[in-house]
Amino acid sequence: MWKLQRIKFFGSCLFIWRSKGGKKKLLPWLFLTPSLVGVIVFTGIPFLDVIKRSFQDAMGTRFMGLRNYQAVLENSAFRLATGNTVRFLAVCMPLLLLLSLGMALLISSSAEQNRLRDQGMGIFRTTLVLPMTIPAASMVLVWKIILCPEGTLNQLLAGVTGTVWETDWAFSQWAFPVLIITYLWKHAGYDMILWLAGLWGISGELYEAAKIDGAGAWARMWYITLPGLTGTFGLVGVLSIVNSFRVYREAYLLAGSYPEPSIYLIPHLFAHWFLSLDVQKMTAAAVMMVGAAVLPMAVALVIRRRSDGQ
Amino acid sequence: MALFFVCLFVWLPLLVMISGALMPADELYWRYLSPLGLGKDKVRLAFLPTYPSLEALWELLFCSPGFFVMFWNSCIQVLPMLAGQCLVGAPAAWAFAKFSFPGKRTLFGAYVLLMVLPFQVTQVSNYLVLDRIGLMNTHLALIIPGIWSTLPVFIMTKSFETIPRQLLEAAYLDGAGDVYTFLHIGMPLGYPAVVTALMLSFVEGWNSLEQPITYLKDKTLWPLSLYLPDIAKDKASVAFAAALVTCLLPALVYLNCQEELEQGVATSGLKQ
Repeated sequence: MWKLQRIKFFGSCLFIWRSKGGKKKLLPWLFLTPSLVGVIVFTGIPFLDVIKRSFQDAMGTRFMGLRNYQAVLENSAFRLATGNTVRFLAVCMPLLLLLSLGMALLISSSAEQNRLRDQGMGIFRTTLVLPMTIPAASMVLVWKIILCPEGTLNQLLAGVTGTVWETDWAFSQWAFPVLIITYLWKHAGYDMILWLAGLWGISGELYEAAKIDGAGAWARMWYITLPGLTGTFGLVGVLSIVNSFRVYREAYLLAGSYPEPSIYLIPHLFAHWFLSLDVQKMTAAAVMMVGAAVLPMAVALVIRRRSDGQ
Repeated sequence: MALFFVCLFVWLPLLVMISGALMPADELYWRYLSPLGLGKDKVRLAFLPTYPSLEALWELLFCSPGFFVMFWNSCIQVLPMLAGQCLVGAPAAWAFAKFSFPGKRTLFGAYVLLMVLPFQVTQVSNYLVLDRIGLMNTHLALIIPGIWSTLPVFIMTKSFETIPRQLLEAAYLDGAGDVYTFLHIGMPLGYPAVVTALMLSFVEGWNSLEQPITYLKDKTLWPLSLYLPDIAKDKASVAFAAALVTCLLPALVYLNCQEELEQGVATSGLKQ
């Protein structure tokens, strides 16, 4: 039966190929298939499976309705992790966008002053992107030197204030800001490249014209640079949020799998559920996460279509 | 000048790491006893070692077979994945960028969605799939799902889209076939994006933590990124040297491909 189906399938493919203009129809699929099959098998089917399992009991035999979702929503660890993750996004994303934009503006303005767009200033650009390539595991020791109770930061503070400092920065209420700073250190460079691409896309003639008309540096910034970057802004925002779950690496390596409660994030929670093989909770929470990711994207798309239509 | 100060924030931590790698064991213990988790003593920060020596690097590279196994594990897990992404992803990106076919927008949307999903979402079911085909606890458990990551396809598609249509039409008129056009016009012109995609995947794979924790029970299969925190416990004197050697490879790759990376990231950011 299966064999017959296969023969039929390939036969009809051959038929379409031979028919007039058929080659054109099949060709894209020829390029696409190797990727598509793998994506369906390793991501598509598992993803549908997640949705199915989120409505079933642990054995995958009985329909449970929304009871898994209810269990997840009532779970206090889930609430803590979600709250922390949202707080992390709300604090870290604006900081990341501003910092990387600031860096990009610094680079492009000093490049402009020195008339050295491609050479010379390269060393600074290279430096600022470099942290992106350095594995989090490599930097952990350095962060520990700075942050441990006997570490450099406490010594500096003691020197400035004249009192004894013995804060364990990674394991106290300071863990949250510490995590944000280590995250910014690593990821600001990538966003900076994106901003720079946006900045270089703005035509230089606009600035020349504005200068002749007597616009100051701030006015040029406000009326030319920032409006010119709105398209980049959306992209940098989306990519930053996509990357944000990587913060788990820093958090895990710095503070282990049971960190201070303020940096207990959704990935920590999933790691624990995975160890106890709590499939129902994991799948239900995963579906909700996808919902939380897709909804804003869909809204953004609709808004963009509308504004394009007008 | 301001830029110089910003860069200090990058240089100084790196300098601390490098100087740690060049310290002999005695000096390392005297300076960094508590960060290494060996005891409680005041940290004595240094940007340059007082007694520079290659002792730790020598020890790591020639007398630590464990480190080599993990280094090799990382290579085995990352390099085939990159080759696969190139072989599978580039043609798919070409199809998305240069052909029109029914369902293209929907499919590309699905690829973008899958790109956005964090690892945790498909963790369970990926585990179940890999378990069913018997790949759990092997290198292939990291390689095979990695090959079909959709981020490289996205980056390459964006770049292929910028290749002017006239160029391809000219090639067709001169009698070039579709595969020939893809290999000899598409790939060379989209080369920065291909390099960018591979580099981002390389950095990502070299740095991976969630996947190996989930899929590899056997510690001898662990990649460097997961083993590194343990080395401080096993053999504290080489911890900094190991950190340095681990980040050397991605850093060198970046320094070599910086130009392509900037171009590639920039084109991936263009609006359609």
